[in-house]
Amino acid sequence: MTLKAVVNNVAKMPASTDAVVDIQKLSLTFQTADGPVYALSDVDLTIERGDFVSFIGPSGCGKTTLLRVIADLEKATGGDISINGVSAQEARENRAYGYVFQAPALLPWRTIERNVTLPLEIMEISKEERIRRGHEALKLVELNGFEKKFPWQLSGGMQQRASIARALSFDADLLLMDEPFGALDEIVRDHLNEQLLKLWARTNKTVAFVTHSIPEAVYLSSKIVVMSPRPGRIIDVIKTDFPKDRGLDIRETPEFLEVAHRVREGLRAGHSYDE
Amino acid sequence: MKQVTGTHSVKLDKFCLVAATAALLSLIFPLTGIDAETGKQIAFVGDIPGLAIAMALCVIVGAAFTWLGVGKIQYAAIILAVAVFGCWQAVTALYDHGLAGHATSGFWLFILSLWAFVWRGIDVVARYRSLETAKQQSANILVPIAFGIWLLFVWEVIVAGFGVPQVLLPAPSAIGVRFINSTDTLAADFYQTFIKAVISGYVIGCGSAFIVAIAVDRVPFLKRGLLPLGNMVSALPIIGVAPIMVMWFGFDWQSKAAVIVIMTFFPMLVNTVTGLNAAGKLEKDLMATYASGYWSTLLRLRLPAAMPFIFNALKINSTLALIGAIVAEFFGTPIVGMGFRISTEVGRMNVDMVWAEIALAALAGTAFYGAVAFAERKATSWHPSFRVRRH
Ligand SMILES: Nc1ncnc2c1ncn2[C@@H]1O[C@H](COP(=O)(O)OP(=O)(O)OP(=O)(O)O)[C@@H](O)[C@H]1O
Ligand SMILES: [Mg+2]
Repeated sequence: MTLKAVVNNVAKMPASTDAVVDIQKLSLTFQTADGPVYALSDVDLTIERGDFVSFIGPSGCGKTTLLRVIADLEKATGGDISINGVSAQEARENRAYGYVFQAPALLPWRTIERNVTLPLEIMEISKEERIRRGHEALKLVELNGFEKKFPWQLSGGMQQRASIARALSFDADLLLMDEPFGALDEIVRDHLNEQLLKLWARTNKTVAFVTHSIPEAVYLSSKIVVMSPRPGRIIDVIKTDFPKDRGLDIRETPEFLEVAHRVREGLRAGHSYDE
Repeated sequence: MKQVTGTHSVKLDKFCLVAATAALLSLIFPLTGIDAETGKQIAFVGDIPGLAIAMALCVIVGAAFTWLGVGKIQYAAIILAVAVFGCWQAVTALYDHGLAGHATSGFWLFILSLWAFVWRGIDVVARYRSLETAKQQSANILVPIAFGIWLLFVWEVIVAGFGVPQVLLPAPSAIGVRFINSTDTLAADFYQTFIKAVISGYVIGCGSAFIVAIAVDRVPFLKRGLLPLGNMVSALPIIGVAPIMVMWFGFDWQSKAAVIVIMTFFPMLVNTVTGLNAAGKLEKDLMATYASGYWSTLLRLRLPAAMPFIFNALKINSTLALIGAIVAEFFGTPIVGMGFRISTEVGRMNVDMVWAEIALAALAGTAFYGAVAFAERKATSWHPSFRVRRH
């Protein structure tokens, strides 16, 4: 433990590329009334500082579960996990990450602004600062002007964007995003993808991103993790080397199509594995 | 079969038809019974011009709107105005022309006619929809008020028309007169029962239950054990508890407040405990990702989510508290208080005073409940049940 802490302190030097998430032989079994559900099995994964990692795989393969284990919302039943060199629980208590859930999860009694600044309020940041940061985060997802509205006055997609703003508001170094753009139309999605990429390129944040869309995964990521269902395991990890400041037009390039093809092949293999 | 012709099909307004017919018959049928001494009818329509005019008006207006229909709010206003005039004339006939106690078929047919008008009029107002909030709100308020006034009128007319003895049921006017003439007594009773006993018992009962709920929230076995225990205590009869509280806390308001504390404690406790568990798993996970502590989560997530449950208990308790205080006063009290007055005045056959106290209790109870409901609306305006109205 102490050794790990020392390693962590050394690793906190800005320029170094070190493991933000380090997962070894991780498995998770849910005990249910119908018997055990093997959600994750034998997962090995390292996410380095500045990585943009996409998780892709069929529905029910354990993507959300894996993200929740990283976020310490679920306890692994086997294997090891460390975040920034400390346990997942410590990382959570250090507010190491911002999490975007699959559903917006906005509190209905708070305005959009007060929802977005909720984490800042919990972290006891001054009111002026909260308002300033909340405003900035809302601008990033193009929801400025909706500060005083209540969640139910917004469309589902707008609510999801507000929940993204909330995760961005406190500027965590690690972003865990569970299908954040699943409910949005293609155009808005493209736009938010660009925004997210810009943010990533600018801030050197580390992102773990769950998606069902192959183009989205390839476009955004520096690393694509392809998962297979039941029990969820990693069947392929694909590194891409597009520049950080890539534009939407790279989706037309042969390299892009090649990577997309490899992801699709991986997903297919996962499926036949299942049957 | 519906025929498609140039002229639009005539649909008679049934209520106006009833009103017109009943008013017409009321002009023909005898207004009163026969006087035992003279062997003559006590009064004729011809002797009471106001009543005759009202009846004739009902016939004309009823007939007109039978054909026209009451499609517009203005038409509803006309028939309601006619009904108000009719009600006034009916009461005048009862009290100034000796109909009280002797009314017969002609008079009751007229009341039937008025009933048809009022029913139709209120119905139209209740269906009124306007985009202007002020208009819509006045329509919304008018419906219960008009309905309430109508019920009071029917009560008055039945008591006076049939000559119901005061001891069985006094007329609303008699109760009103008694109310106004006894404001001093009523004020003293109100102060003793409501301000002293109800308010303090309610605040102590609900407040302590709230605090205990938050304490209990951290002890899982208490949470499970509470619900059945709460049901048991709620089932305790007040008439058993009240005398014991008098022995413990004396005759004055303190023992009544104690009864109220017992009555209100468990509804509040059980509702608050349930409410504190109402927050969804997703929201709790969200708070966990911010490493939000127990108190922070309580304040920012669990208490707001519990508000609908807490207000539910506060509303239930507002009625329970008043009932509890009044009943508890039956078991020993200083010589003041709403319950005390009811029990003693019943003994003296002063039934109108009893009814005046009942009216006071109804007013106080409604105002109390209304105040809590208003606070609820302010505090939980985000809740789906209130949203609809705020487009
Ligand atoms: N709390 C739980 N209890 C029991 N089983 C669970 C629980 N949570 C998830 N599972 C099971 O674990 C498996 C993985 O679920 P998970 O939510 O991680 O899938 P997913 O990959 O995110 O799917 P999707 O793409 O549809 O969101 C599923 O089979 C699911 O039924
Ligand atoms: Mg999922």
